[in-house]
Amino acid sequence: MKAQVKPRRKPRTMAGGMATAIRSAVAAALALSLAGTAALAEPFSCDIPGYLLVGGNDLKHVAEVVKNDHKLTIAVVGTGSSALAGPDGPPSAYPARLQAALKQKLPSVAVKVVTLVRTRLSADDLAKGMDKLLVDEKPDLVIWQSGTVDAMRRVEPDDFRAALEEGVETLQKAGVDVILMNMQYSPRTETMIALGPYADTMRVVAQQREVPLFDRLAIMRYWSDVGAFDLYAAGRDNVLAHRVHDCIGRGIASMIIDAAHLHGLSNKVSQ
Amino acid sequence: MKSPDTPAPVVTSGRDVTSGRDATSGREATSGRDLRLDLFRGLALWLIFLDHIPSNLVAWVTIRNYGFSDATEIFVFVSGYTAAFVYGKEMRERGFVVAGARILRRAWQIYVAHVFLFAIYLAEISYVAVSFENPLYAEEMNILDFLKQPDVTIIQALLLKFKPSNMDVLPLYIVLLLLFPPILWLLQVRATLALGASVLLYVLTWEFNWNLPSYPSGHWYFNPFAWQLLFVFGAWCALGGAQRLSGVLRSRVTLAIAVAYLAFAFVISLSWYLPGMSQYIPSAVEEVIYPIDKVNLDVLRFAHFLALAVVTLQFVPRDARFLQTRWAWPLVVCGQHSLEIFCLGVFLSFAAHFAMVEISGSIWLQFLVSALGILVMVAAAGLITWYKRLEGRSPGSRPRKMPDADLAGGGA
Repeated sequence: MKAQVKPRRKPRTMAGGMATAIRSAVAAALALSLAGTAALAEPFSCDIPGYLLVGGNDLKHVAEVVKNDHKLTIAVVGTGSSALAGPDGPPSAYPARLQAALKQKLPSVAVKVVTLVRTRLSADDLAKGMDKLLVDEKPDLVIWQSGTVDAMRRVEPDDFRAALEEGVETLQKAGVDVILMNMQYSPRTETMIALGPYADTMRVVAQQREVPLFDRLAIMRYWSDVGAFDLYAAGRDNVLAHRVHDCIGRGIASMIIDAAHLHGLSNKVSQ
Repeated sequence: MKSPDTPAPVVTSGRDVTSGRDATSGREATSGRDLRLDLFRGLALWLIFLDHIPSNLVAWVTIRNYGFSDATEIFVFVSGYTAAFVYGKEMRERGFVVAGARILRRAWQIYVAHVFLFAIYLAEISYVAVSFENPLYAEEMNILDFLKQPDVTIIQALLLKFKPSNMDVLPLYIVLLLLFPPILWLLQVRATLALGASVLLYVLTWEFNWNLPSYPSGHWYFNPFAWQLLFVFGAWCALGGAQRLSGVLRSRVTLAIAVAYLAFAFVISLSWYLPGMSQYIPSAVEEVIYPIDKVNLDVLRFAHFLALAVVTLQFVPRDARFLQTRWAWPLVVCGQHSLEIFCLGVFLSFAAHFAMVEISGSIWLQFLVSALGILVMVAAAGLITWYKRLEGRSPGSRPRKMPDADLAGGGA
């Protein structure tokens, strides 16, 4: 069983039981020190370098609605990786963390995040639900997480692309802003799930439809590379999952504030 | 060409035959084996191995990062070329039935190799299923769903409909070889007509979206009806087409166009990796070129391969000294046992990824497993050559005139 708290740097450079023992010891020490200094906050840095967040595509509707009406309704549409299991799952998953981060950064805005997360649905299934979503939730911004299910089923990339375009078009026609979000970086399943073509397709659709892409794949890979998280961990590590989702939620919040140019309204809180 | 009666080292035998070619005039097809084919197929095998290791920094050196086409194109072309070279000779000497039967036997060997790889994949995924329970990746674990109904999945795998990732190339080969006997016949009788038919099939495939179905959904990742174009083009080149094109291939204008196109592809591919670059690519250009379809062998990919080939031909002549040296040998020998080395490469890429997951993902280990993998591939290819030589000497071996099947188009 892997320890729940990882040292921040170079978590995976030693082999065998020795490394596990050392890591557990370091982890235990860190856990103790964290417990003692919880008030200091931000023990884990999961900053996202600018080049991974800046897309060049604006969220015009969000900018308007926030400035004029001081409200923002966000719908997260996605599959399993947009949720966490267990009783403490929903408040820890990234949609709830996004809402918390936005409320903190935009105290003058009524932020509401609703989720439509269903496991095992392909992009095509989700695209077909967009009309109903518009009626039911009247969102200003839809964050559409996609790609994982399609990659696992090896849906034809052309069909995947068509589904994405259909969904984005439906939303854009209704005047709603869109952020596309791609898959998680999952090092252990990399040889089994070929994400490449689907990630490429999402990038292309985002470029052509001029919507921001939250490149979760590249961002999580970056976190893994710099040692912010040990994404190779095999055990039942809820703490890791919660931390990653928290960081994703804050990352999306930063992206929204950038892309809708809301810096003027935002509280100066780090990240 | 290596045949059982010349048990000398491969490199030497290649040179002998090559120098013999100049005496015989006319079609290249009837003369010696072009070592460049082995060299570049070996290179493609190495690149495929590196590309198949996920998150491998070493894979940055592979050509797919610098243009539209990748190692697959080289591989399919060279395999078409060598298949026509070996089986074409067979067909002229011993007739359609014998050559056709040998091609089909090769397809069967590749099928067996594919099933073997599938068994390895099953072992890997079963291990992961039992050992991995990180709640962050609950969704990704759905990939294991198929283990719940092995009755369906394994049968679908045997039917070549269920193909795990990285295991698409061999099924493509099986189909290409199954269709090859009549194409080879036509290529020998009416080469231009055969090539025209191949182009027509390619165009119709694009027009009507023909492809073979996959399980549980979708279609083949390498559409055989589209990729056959490259295979048949390779075969056409082997049977005298290259000779006919040589004027065009050597012209300065062709070279200039090829270089310009490669530069264009390079700039576009930069925009995939350098964020911010993409805003300098005019959207009109993006409209035209995207999506660059690998499934159906996009024209841009085909053209990119042609451009690479044109430039390569300029700088690596058939009689290049380098091809005979010990520095070229590791690549050449891998290229000469392509089926075995391809399968080994897929296995090694699984193993390398496993090492990176279980031990360390550090950059040093990435270099180490990449280098070790290539070393193992070369050693295995050398060993296979050695075995073949033993078999060639041993009593009761195959008749002398049989060309070596391993030099033929199979392989992955």
